[in-house]
Amino acid sequence: MNFFDKFLKIDRRYIFILVAIGVVIPLVFPLGLAVTVSPPVKNVYDEIESLKPGTPVLVSVDFDPSTEPELGPMTAAVLRHCFKRKLPVILMNLHPGGPGLALAISDKVAKETGAKEGVDYCFLGYKAGGTAVILSIGRDIRLSYPADYYNKPIDQIPMMKNIRSYSDIGLVVTLSGSTFPDVWVAYAHERFGAKIAAGVTAVMAADYYPYLSTGQMIGLIGGLKGAAEYEKLIGVPGNGLKGMDAQTIIHLLIVLLIILGNIAFLLMRRQQRRGEQTRPSGA
Amino acid sequence: MHISTSIWVWIAAALTLCIYSFLYKDNPFYKFAEHLLVGVSAGYLLVIEFTNNIIPNLFTPLKTGFTTLFTEGRATGDLAAIIPGLLGVLILTRLLPKVGWMSRWALGFYFGAWQGLIITGSMQASILAQIYGTFIQGNHPVFSIALFGDMVNKFGWGTLIGAISGPLMILGVIATLTYFFFSTEHKGLVGGTAKIGIVFLMVGFGASFGYTVMARVSLLIGRINFLLSDWLGIVH
Repeated sequence: MNFFDKFLKIDRRYIFILVAIGVVIPLVFPLGLAVTVSPPVKNVYDEIESLKPGTPVLVSVDFDPSTEPELGPMTAAVLRHCFKRKLPVILMNLHPGGPGLALAISDKVAKETGAKEGVDYCFLGYKAGGTAVILSIGRDIRLSYPADYYNKPIDQIPMMKNIRSYSDIGLVVTLSGSTFPDVWVAYAHERFGAKIAAGVTAVMAADYYPYLSTGQMIGLIGGLKGAAEYEKLIGVPGNGLKGMDAQTIIHLLIVLLIILGNIAFLLMRRQQRRGEQTRPSGA
Repeated sequence: MHISTSIWVWIAAALTLCIYSFLYKDNPFYKFAEHLLVGVSAGYLLVIEFTNNIIPNLFTPLKTGFTTLFTEGRATGDLAAIIPGLLGVLILTRLLPKVGWMSRWALGFYFGAWQGLIITGSMQASILAQIYGTFIQGNHPVFSIALFGDMVNKFGWGTLIGAISGPLMILGVIATLTYFFFSTEHKGLVGGTAKIGIVFLMVGFGASFGYTVMARVSLLIGRINFLLSDWLGIVH
């Protein structure tokens, strides 16, 4: 049995160990590999940069803990950017698993940046209905959210006094681990003309590129890489940049394993064919 | 190294390790964590939906409506909540085999209303705008003789990609749609175009697979980062 025979029959648990080592070492001893910023992420950054201070940004935290490692860092980065630019942020959830995460992230970022609840940001919480909620914001945000997460009437929140619908909101950022960005584009953008930027998991990113080329989305932050790019743009390293070294190492490992696996498979198949040709007929 | 003293961090770390123990082999620790996740998720969602949906959209309007009806003697719009309430109860008839067919009324209403609500939005966002965007982007046609002229006059990677990316996209859309056109046998021109469509599909699947690997690795990085920083305090 040669090397490639053994390789094809390797216990997959050895690969798990290699992957674990490939993740742990760069996290403990960072390599500082370069992160290049892609145009879709830069477009989100530029759009927020172009908003005048005081222009509200609606950030919809539409994900649950299963996608938090990817979407959490980009949520924090977008909030940091908005607070730095003095853009009031309206936080809301269309996913029932989102409120706890949105609260934890916004509290942490607000403490770091000195943003004040009610003045610099407010948290409206979860509202069931998805499409209906998005449509109702086009008429008046008070239809779906008469009060915030803490049952404080919207009209008593200072930053919400002059905000009624999408026409008062500079940008909608949906951070989602499901298909909510489609709904935001279909209703908030197509029907009410709202500008949409999306932050999605890497699995979903490829599906949303068509919305970029049509201008239905102004930008896209895809996966942990997108979060790292955004952290680089705002100059505040977070969990996105921290994970990029490990991500690169694991990608190289997977590419290597795919190449070796295919070479081993092709050699095995050639050996089998030779064996069939040299075998006496009828044997 | 600053090991966490929070009991919740320790519980989260222990459950993470229980789940990852499956990578060695199936075991009671993994099964415990898996069942706990399913149970907690179901309970959490039930409470969230009940407090955010059933109470404000059904119980509160009904309470207001009936209070007004009995105290002031007039019916208000709040009483309309009876209709979705009854439809919701009809869904539950599935639990009773003899009258389970009544749940179809509620489902029929739901599907009908939902389709009516989403068809126009989806049609515009996912079909009409995408067809337009396939040929015209930023008020410029993607297939342009002028771009080819630029490529010839100032040949370089930028002008080359600028000239061919649009036609390539149009070819990709047409070829891929042809692959999914099953009313004609895939032979001759149709077969050849469908084969080109397969190439574009494979490129698309490859991109999606690459992104999927990245997503799964990101989740692993997130968990290991939690174990190393929040739990063990090795990484800051």
